[in-house]
Amino acid sequence: MRLKPRLFILTLAAILSLVSAAAGERGSDGQLKMLYWQAPSILNPFLSGGTKDIHAASLVLEPLARYDEQGGMVPALVVEIPTVENGGVSTDFLSITWRLRDDVVWSDGSPFTAADVAFTAAYCMDPEGGCSAASRFQDVKAVEAVDSHTVRITFKVPMPFPYVPFVGSVSPVIQEKQFEACTGARAPACAEQNFGPVGTGPFKVTEFRPNDIVLYELNDRYRDPNQPAFSSVLLKGGGDAVSAARAVLKTGEFDYAWNLQVEPEILAAMATAGRGEVVSAFGSMVERLVVQLTNPDPALDDKRSTYQDGANPHPFLSDAAVRRALSMAIDREILVAAGYGPAGRVTCSVLPAPAVYASTVNDWCKIQDIAGANKLLDDAGWVRGRDDIRAKDGVRLSILYQTSTNSVRQGTQALIKQMWREIGVETELKNINASVFFGGDPSSPDTYQKFYADIQMYTNSFDGTDPQNYMQGWICDEIPGPENQWLGQNIPRYCDAAYDELARSLSKTAGTEQRAVIAREMNDRLVGHGALIPLVHRGEVAARALSLGGVRHNAWDATVWNIQEWHRLK
Amino acid sequence: MLRYAARRLLFSIPTLLVISFIVFALLDLAPNDPTAQLPLTIPPETRQAIRENLGLGQPFHVRYLRWLTQFMVHEPLNLAERMWGVEIGNSEERLRVRSWSTRAPVVDLIATRLPQTLTVVGVSYLVAVLLAVPVGVFSAYRQYSIFDHVGTFVTTVGFSVPTFFTGTVLIVVFSATLGWLPSIYDTTHQVTDFDSFVYQVRQMVMPVMVLGLYNAAQLSRFTRSAVLDNLNQEYVRTARAKGLTEPVVILVHVLRNSLIPVVTVIALGLPSTFAGAIITEQIFRINGVGQLLIGAIESADIPTVQTVTFIFAVLIVVFNLLADLLYGVLDPRIRYD
Repeated sequence: MRLKPRLFILTLAAILSLVSAAAGERGSDGQLKMLYWQAPSILNPFLSGGTKDIHAASLVLEPLARYDEQGGMVPALVVEIPTVENGGVSTDFLSITWRLRDDVVWSDGSPFTAADVAFTAAYCMDPEGGCSAASRFQDVKAVEAVDSHTVRITFKVPMPFPYVPFVGSVSPVIQEKQFEACTGARAPACAEQNFGPVGTGPFKVTEFRPNDIVLYELNDRYRDPNQPAFSSVLLKGGGDAVSAARAVLKTGEFDYAWNLQVEPEILAAMATAGRGEVVSAFGSMVERLVVQLTNPDPALDDKRSTYQDGANPHPFLSDAAVRRALSMAIDREILVAAGYGPAGRVTCSVLPAPAVYASTVNDWCKIQDIAGANKLLDDAGWVRGRDDIRAKDGVRLSILYQTSTNSVRQGTQALIKQMWREIGVETELKNINASVFFGGDPSSPDTYQKFYADIQMYTNSFDGTDPQNYMQGWICDEIPGPENQWLGQNIPRYCDAAYDELARSLSKTAGTEQRAVIAREMNDRLVGHGALIPLVHRGEVAARALSLGGVRHNAWDATVWNIQEWHRLK
Repeated sequence: MLRYAARRLLFSIPTLLVISFIVFALLDLAPNDPTAQLPLTIPPETRQAIRENLGLGQPFHVRYLRWLTQFMVHEPLNLAERMWGVEIGNSEERLRVRSWSTRAPVVDLIATRLPQTLTVVGVSYLVAVLLAVPVGVFSAYRQYSIFDHVGTFVTTVGFSVPTFFTGTVLIVVFSATLGWLPSIYDTTHQVTDFDSFVYQVRQMVMPVMVLGLYNAAQLSRFTRSAVLDNLNQEYVRTARAKGLTEPVVILVHVLRNSLIPVVTVIALGLPSTFAGAIITEQIFRINGVGQLLIGAIESADIPTVQTVTFIFAVLIVVFNLLADLLYGVLDPRIRYD
């Protein structure tokens, strides 16, 4: 009964929004001007993987289903989301059947059919194509067109969460007619197709200059006769984040700017001009410290930073008390205020969202506790020496702390160094150019996978809303080392049989609630054991002009996911 | 003269080959990964597949020779085809230097960027020359006058204040505060009538002034010292003794002789017009060749960086030659044969 008034208001709001949407007229609001300081370089998301390119393509190319701003799935090119209940997902989780809408046509007038979906899968699964969304298709056995508007995807292994291929703007559907001759090794040579894909979305590309501008005009064959409200879109690239924010918030030259990682006080000052507002949305990005659990001593030569079944432990970070004390000593509020502002929140979890997966078990870390950390280290036998740095049995608590070169990260490093100084830990800071640090060159000693340091910091997140692949990154088999060309995802070299068992059961369990229970426990173990020290839950920040309506800023899908609903406020 | 030019051209071939090798090798050896900028959600196996698709799996000499033939043979053939509308051999299958981030031929990318670079940077260079030469001549003629002191002050400031600072100051004053000029350059803008011409001028004013001031500062100092050198020469005294008027002495006798070093400096500076102005283009979002280069460096798009850098090298070699030939034209005492 208590729910009823809220339900009533929600229904009312839904009806009102429908009415206002219906009142809008297609193409009546002129040009929408968007600013992406990281300019799109290609409009085929399968050949790029870069977020900017995926966003720019999502105005044209659509997936079968997308995520809304809460992380919920909404049908796009399909009639409904398949579930076990409606018979769309088989009870053994080995197949999923999507029913396509029959009122969708490509912008060139040809009908959108199941064959296009099957072709897209073949395009991305071609081993020579270098498809950046290939991991979405790794467990797919076959994608077949059952009839002209039904697609069945069968999997090699049971998939309790089968909404992986064709969900979200990372893996949209491309037109078979257009890309037929562009499969496999020929994919990159099709510049014309890659620069002007034919799509089903609300807009179509009229001009594309790589790394400069994209011009779109409305697709008059779009399925909703009243959308989109804008007749054309100009997406301009180049410059830097600060001037992009200025163009929306202060000079009002643009309606929307994306990815504004700018010092919070600068954004706040610009917003006082009253032309625009800063919007942020929180997905799964977490800035974290990764703790080295194996020994990175250069003297170890080829055994350096490798996991030797527990025989190569870190000289002091293998002590759980040290790891816990390092986390307790950090004042995360200060890190957020100094470097993130509206784009950050304090977190004690590496899996802070969607809400159902968020755990509060490790929330002790939200409040800095220097005294507690000091006591913990005292009790563990780490005694302050004459230089005020703690040591035990000749091992000093001296940390090499590395991250990528980026002004916010260097600011965070300096703050944490100070905080750790207070508990008698010495820190040496190092920063590495991002293209080296995140580049996978096996011959470079400075990659994050090699981790030739004691602590390193970066942001990680997961694709979509299901954390299974992300959480499975910390099983023993994922530990990087020379034998797998340092390709594993278990960067802290964490190995815990109980964790591996949880990962196995997660891959077999269906139902969001039950999966969430397991995922939360996995997160609690990782953070509780101190393999990862979460710092900041990072949001995506954008700016919109006050005259731009309909923006529902989304961190789970492209921020422009509902651009067909955007309109000019009168 | 002709023989000299031909000999110099022949010499430039081995020079360019060495440059091409150094450019390719340096960029290839630098730690770089085109997949480093992708979100961490893309797993390592996929990254490996992407790298192989980009042709990174092959050994160094294979990639160098392929790039060299693509650049030296295929691209000129393509250019010839497009200019004269003929087809030479199988042009469909011809491999071209492709950018890693856009997958498009690099030469095409440069072609789309050149117009905006030449308009903005070219005009600014012109403005700089037109400003610098008169200012330099007059400062020298009235050495230690108020004009000279003010000129020295302004040029020192213009030369020492970096363009990223002057550019931002101009934007803050004229766009953000006064709202007179657009802060973002519209590369799609086309001049069709008077109004659109006015808009084009408005969007060009700030970048042209920023770059023009910077270049003019350098050039006017050069002109001033060259004119000063000549003013104390015997021939100037002779000219005045003959009873020639001051304008004739300065503009005909002194100026022509002083311009010899200045013309060299201007000619050697011209390749930079094609190279664009990385910082200014970035600030005003002109997205010309300079922005293409910096963007390619940031995204580890090595083929683009290699090609653009090498084209600059070619331009510099060519303009060096031109400057040497101009010497002979301007100064009859210099003879090459």
